[in-house]
Formats: sequence, C-alpha cells, structure tokens
Amino acid sequence: MSVNRVKNLGLPLMNLVKLRGTPILQQLLLEERLLRSSSDNWCIVNDGTNLLTLSWVCLGTVIVDENTLFVSLICNRNDVPDVQPYPRSVMAWSGSLYSEVFNGIADFQLRENDYVFGDRKFGGNAQSITRNRWIHHTSFLWDYSVSNMAYLKLPSRVPQYRLERDHTDFVCKMKDYIERSVFIEKTIKAVGTQFMLKELSLDEIDDSCREHVETTRLLTLDELKETTTRSESIAQAV
Amino acid sequence: MALRMWASSTANALKLSSSVSKSQLSPSFSISRCFSSVLDGLKYANSHEWVKHEGSVATIGITDHAQDHLGEVVFVELPEENGSVSKEKSFGAVESVKATSEILSPISGEVIEVNKKLTEAPGLINSSPYEDGWMIKVKPSNPSELESLMGSKEYIKFCEEEDAAH
Repeated sequence: MSVNRVKNLGLPLMNLVKLRGTPILQQLLLEERLLRSSSDNWCIVNDGTNLLTLSWVCLGTVIVDENTLFVSLICNRNDVPDVQPYPRSVMAWSGSLYSEVFNGIADFQLRENDYVFGDRKFGGNAQSITRNRWIHHTSFLWDYSVSNMAYLKLPSRVPQYRLERDHTDFVCKMKDYIERSVFIEKTIKAVGTQFMLKELSLDEIDDSCREHVETTRLLTLDELKETTTRSESIAQAV
Repeated sequence: MALRMWASSTANALKLSSSVSKSQLSPSFSISRCFSSVLDGLKYANSHEWVKHEGSVATIGITDHAQDHLGEVVFVELPEENGSVSKEKSFGAVESVKATSEILSPISGEVIEVNKKLTEAPGLINSSPYEDGWMIKVKPSNPSELESLMGSKEYIKFCEEEDAAH
C-alpha cells in the first residue's frame, strides 16, 4: 500500500505542477528527476513552450512549437494497481483518462498509440517504465503551421491507421475541438477522479530530488538520424 | 473442429518452432494459461528476466511474457563488457515502439559478454527471447542469489496471477 494513500478517501496523492512556456528540455529534465528520485505521483502540465523545436518523443513525427501543450503523469505502479507496468496497459489507462476529458466534445479515440479525433492524430505519447514507477508523456498538437510541417519527411515507421496519408491529412489541430483552458481544466479534473491532487510550484519541489544522474539531453545530429531510422519519432533539435 | 482450432491457436501462442526444439536448453516447456512460453531449466525473476546458469557463466534475457507485453522491440541498451551488474538493479533498457523499459539483473556479477547481434537486430528479443535474444552473460559474484529466483512452474503461476489481477 502506498504511503501516499489518503485513508479517508482511498485515493493516492498526486502532486500537480502547472508550468507555462517552460522549454521542453527543462520539462523533460524535471520529469526524469521526478521519475527517478521521487516516490510521489506527479502530474505536470506545461501550457506551451518557448522555442520552435522538433521535440523527440517515441513515435509520431510532428513539429512542436510554442503552442504545444504537454501533460505528463508519473505514477507509482502500486498507486495504479489496475495498470500493469507495460506500454499497452499504460496507454490504455491514459486513453480512458482522456476519454473523460473529451467526452461529448469530439470523436476521441486511442488509435494504436496515438490520440486521435476521428482518424486524425493530435497527441503523441511516450513512456519510460522503471521497476516500480512509470511516466506517460503526451505532446498535444494545439496548432501548427502548414509551412513548418512541410519540413518533415514521412517517417520510416508509421502506424497502420495512417494509411500513407501525408502530414496535413494525418494530423489535426486540437484548437479546432476544445478551448485551451477547458482542456487543462478537464484534464486536471479527470486526473482528480483517481488521485487526490495537491498543487505545487516549481520552487516547492523538494531539493532532494536533484540527486540522480541525468540522462536526458539534446541529441547530436548523428544520433538524431539514427533515432529516426529506428523508429518513428519526434526529434529534438534546438 | 473446436478442439483442432484450440490446439492450433495454442501452438501458435506457445510459439512452437524448430528453433525451440533444437535448443541446447532442456527441450521441455510448460504451458501457461497466459500463452507465453516458459522454459524448464531456467530461473526467473519477478521482473520477468530469465537466467540460464551453466558452470561459471549465467546468461540473462527477458522472458516471452515480457517481450509479448512490451511489443515490438526497436532498440536495446546494454552495458559494457567487463562492467558489473547488481541483483534487482537496472543494467539496461529495452525500447519498444512507444516506451523505454528498464531491464533488471536477476543476479550480481561481472559482465563477460554482451549480445552484439541485438544492435542490428533488436527484434530477436521478440522472436527468440530465450535463445538468439539473450542479452548478457555474467560471471556470478554470488551464486546463492540464484536460489531466490523462481523455477518454471512458480514463474508460470506468477504470470497468471499477475495477469489475472489486471
């Protein structure tokens, strides 16, 4: 039984951190630190980033820009006992969570490993799973510039439902379906049905979480090329 | 008809193949209700790695149950030779299509060989988790650690209970 469980409500505790415009690399470094050095559950919402970047996440080659929304959930496996610490199980759980968020709003589905409205992708996911904890990270495509998207080549590995569509026919803009503030509010509310949320600022995150070896870093160009040939990925380059 | 279909699907699920029957490991295997293959003669960790102990060398990989749950493996991160591994500590990671998952060593020891084939063919972990998909060979520093690992029957039961709980 997790020591974070609140006895009277039976819900495990989760710290909520709301960021705004935090650079994606800084966010990923924070997430790595929290995954490896904290025993708490965390929900991190980054309302936009401040660089035009190609952000590397497993699967889904899209451009991440200042409007992209990021939501990450870091959980102790014991606090989500119905979820096995494997990709498909975590993905299914996240899909059901976001089904609550988009209920009655759009034809939301989890298709293979993507979040879609109908058959158009608007959210890409990645996970890192350790023995007792896992993180599920989502980049939500709020808006995009067609000209920026033209920089992207068709990935070597694509989901089956893509059906050889080019980027503009495959992705969609989340802003066409939901208000930004409504999405954030509904996401927090959905997470709150499974966890007792406690909001923390960046400054309040315990300094003791810093003691770990960072492995998150920018990829070199050669590493980027190697990565994109072995998987469909969003590659980070600043 | 129903029995033949069940037998066929079971055979597929158990991945019965000539490569398994020609293995130098014990050819016997156990049937699990979760339909992943489990080989007799190996030891298993509750984090779903297997160990084959032969003399002074222990070979380590991940089980069929684990590779099935992870999905298609696209990259494997392994330690350097001559490095060390510790029981229940991470020694590398498996990257599947959407996730990176740690691999934990079932025992402690010195890494004497790393399966270099996995660099070019990480999918061997999916297609041959107990043979061509082996990951590292270790010289155990504390052979008694093997005694705390599960045998095949225990591991089957462990997998069934774990899957049933979710």
